[in-house]
Amino acid sequence: MKVHRLKIMRIVLSLFFLIITSLLFLDYRRIIPDSWFHVILSLQFVPSLLKFSTLLSLSAFGFLVVLILSFLFGRIYCSTICPLGIMQDVTAWLSRKMRSKKNRRYHHAKAHNILRYSILGITVAALLFGSTWLLLLLDPYSNYGRIMTYFLKPVVVGLNNVLASLLQKKDIYTLYPVSIPAVKAAVYAVPGAILVLTLWMSATKGRLYCNTVCPVGAFLGLISKVSLFRFRINKTACTSCRLCEFSCKSACIDLKNMTVDNSRCVTCFDCLDSCNFGAISYTVRRPAASVKEPELVPVTPAGKKKDFDASKRAFLLGTVAFLAGAARISSAKEYPKNARPTTIPEEKEFPVTPPGSISIQHFTDHCTACSLCIDACPSDVLQPAFLQYGLAGMMQPVMDYHAGYCNYDCVRCTEVCPTGAILPLEPEAKKLVQMGLAVFVKESCVVFTDETNCGACAEHCPTKAVHMVPYKDDLVIPETTDDICIGCGACEHACPTEPFKAIYVNGKNIQSVAKKPKTEKLENPLEDTEDFPF
Amino acid sequence: MKRRDFFLRTAGAGLGLSAVASLGGLHPLMARPAMAAAADMAAVRGGEPNVMFDRAIAAMGGMGRFVKKGQKVVIKPNIGWDVPPDRAANTNPLLVKRIVEHCFNAGAKEVLVFDNTCDAWTKCYRTSGIEKYVREAGGKVVPGNTEGYYQEVEIKNGKKLKSAKVHELYLEADVIIDVPVLKNHESTKLTIAMKNLMGVVWDRRYWHRNDLNQCIADFAGFHRRPDLVVVDAYNVMMRHGPRGVSKSDVVNMKAQIVSTDMVAADTAAAKMFGTDPASIRYIRLAQEMGVGTMDLSSLNISRIKI
Repeated sequence: MKVHRLKIMRIVLSLFFLIITSLLFLDYRRIIPDSWFHVILSLQFVPSLLKFSTLLSLSAFGFLVVLILSFLFGRIYCSTICPLGIMQDVTAWLSRKMRSKKNRRYHHAKAHNILRYSILGITVAALLFGSTWLLLLLDPYSNYGRIMTYFLKPVVVGLNNVLASLLQKKDIYTLYPVSIPAVKAAVYAVPGAILVLTLWMSATKGRLYCNTVCPVGAFLGLISKVSLFRFRINKTACTSCRLCEFSCKSACIDLKNMTVDNSRCVTCFDCLDSCNFGAISYTVRRPAASVKEPELVPVTPAGKKKDFDASKRAFLLGTVAFLAGAARISSAKEYPKNARPTTIPEEKEFPVTPPGSISIQHFTDHCTACSLCIDACPSDVLQPAFLQYGLAGMMQPVMDYHAGYCNYDCVRCTEVCPTGAILPLEPEAKKLVQMGLAVFVKESCVVFTDETNCGACAEHCPTKAVHMVPYKDDLVIPETTDDICIGCGACEHACPTEPFKAIYVNGKNIQSVAKKPKTEKLENPLEDTEDFPF
Repeated sequence: MKRRDFFLRTAGAGLGLSAVASLGGLHPLMARPAMAAAADMAAVRGGEPNVMFDRAIAAMGGMGRFVKKGQKVVIKPNIGWDVPPDRAANTNPLLVKRIVEHCFNAGAKEVLVFDNTCDAWTKCYRTSGIEKYVREAGGKVVPGNTEGYYQEVEIKNGKKLKSAKVHELYLEADVIIDVPVLKNHESTKLTIAMKNLMGVVWDRRYWHRNDLNQCIADFAGFHRRPDLVVVDAYNVMMRHGPRGVSKSDVVNMKAQIVSTDMVAADTAAAKMFGTDPASIRYIRLAQEMGVGTMDLSSLNISRIKI
């Protein structure tokens, strides 16, 4: 059975994009090199657009490519590049496989113009007034990223953890367990709602989500109305068999009026494939009146029930693995707390944003909360915010020093961010970016309350902005030097007091440059001798 | 492996060995006359880390004294920080590699290396060079990153530390080799062999908030102690420890101390560093608890200059 060339191309390309994009989020072992992220995500429309708005350089040209592609060929982005769109194609395909042949059909429907253009209009208007909130909520790439991070990745990691613990019993350590950080339930709300909505809509109505809710779809649809290549029906050749309409997941082929609504068409080429008479074409101009030889080829392949069962099994297995993995992680027994719980709360004036994010304003304005940096961070310090940035900033990453601390030599988040919310930094420059300042609360410190040595904070401090100074007898107590502090949070993370830390990092509204740590020459007592002092 | 099994197995191994020894030492390593005069401690200066270890372990009676055929060896270096070897925050990778090789030469079945790191563990393992060097020598690098690897044990003689979650490999191993790097530590003054064992337990914060020095001594008194201690003092971080800020904190001391007694090893290393061992509280406490001796004059020390 012959499948249309363009459809094959679309399927191959779309699966390629879906898989590589998903891997970026699911790469829990962080194997993918930093430099690949930009290449892979360069064509994601909203991130590229936001990045361009910051850098004003053509290095963020991806959105332009998408625009040009749309003017030439229609919504190629929606069919082959947008991961949320392709995910829906997969669901739609699976759900059609499960149905009888007759129920598999799509039918033409009216466009929900008021809804889709209102959402687009409000999103754009909000953007013009400086709010990226709706974009954050509705950008399909970012939504897909969140679905990966908060729903699929825990399953993958859970499976890994089960396998790792089985292998571990045989002294094989090639797999290792990975912790699944606890995230506030509210963070799951948006990606969860989008996941349910897209799954349901795509399983029942194909690309309905993309043509009602998605602002990127609506916007690219406007361009597609005037694209060079468009789908047209040859009225003379058409037998009104409606096979094209039945195959159209955008419900945009109206055979009564022999029209195709190109604004809703996601250029999947399924209609070309469905037509036995070559009556629907994807051409630059209106097709000539001459009728092609009808090609009598059978239509879409019949679905097999088996495929669905396999996916159901995989889903069940994944869920079980996730639960088992989660159970293993959360089985941690509580340890005795400090004898005297600390009572002075950490008073953080500002949350800490990632290095290279310029300011809280810049960061929150450009971040669409795709959560890629959260997945890429090797220290687990980047966590989705709850209300640290206000309600509109929920899910945007924040430096959570209870979860981890910023690794001194690491610039991974700055390398992977596709929107320019976190700008690329050279490692040497990153070591001087002051994200916040350490604040020491003497009254909470173990050295003060228990009169025993601790020094965990100074131990972890990479610049010695936190260092120990003589206190009483043999005791030493922390002291901070602001100008060399970069606010990496190592001190706060290491501090053992509970529930409140005796040293914490107060974020900076606008990031600045710290001084370089001092380096003085050192004398070695034993360097010149070869003797043993015993 | 359960603790009882462990005792049974070690006891069995011991019986077997004494049987072999009584037969006149069929194995070349057993037959070596140096065995009788093996030093309690070997101190070496002036060589590369691997060369110094070759000399030191020979003086200690060869690796065969500690590792028997078919045994599972766990090496615990310091891999705490995401910094390169010349910063001396982690144990010298060349030394770790050489120890792994010696273990295999002595007939070890498996050699496993791990640390519960401070910085992100995958980065520490890589940047320290230890992952690469251990693999080159045929050893296994094992993660210490998840609580699941750690098992709760009772610390019988502990004054502050009554129990701890200890990495399962540390509890299962036939032979444990503690390979710390000698360096400055801002709150405990120095970190050497005993302090390095903080990397085999899960909750270090508990130690920090419950009298760190006492906890270090308490864990040193845990019944399962390292069978061999190798103190890396090739490059030594003299200040800003334990992480260090730059290479300017480091001197090239070119020294190494090998011992079976953690307290003695820490005492000798402190002296090398130029610090009075008695001024380091956990060393004093450990001696008081009978973990080992600070009296180096009571030991048969082999001093080697290269």
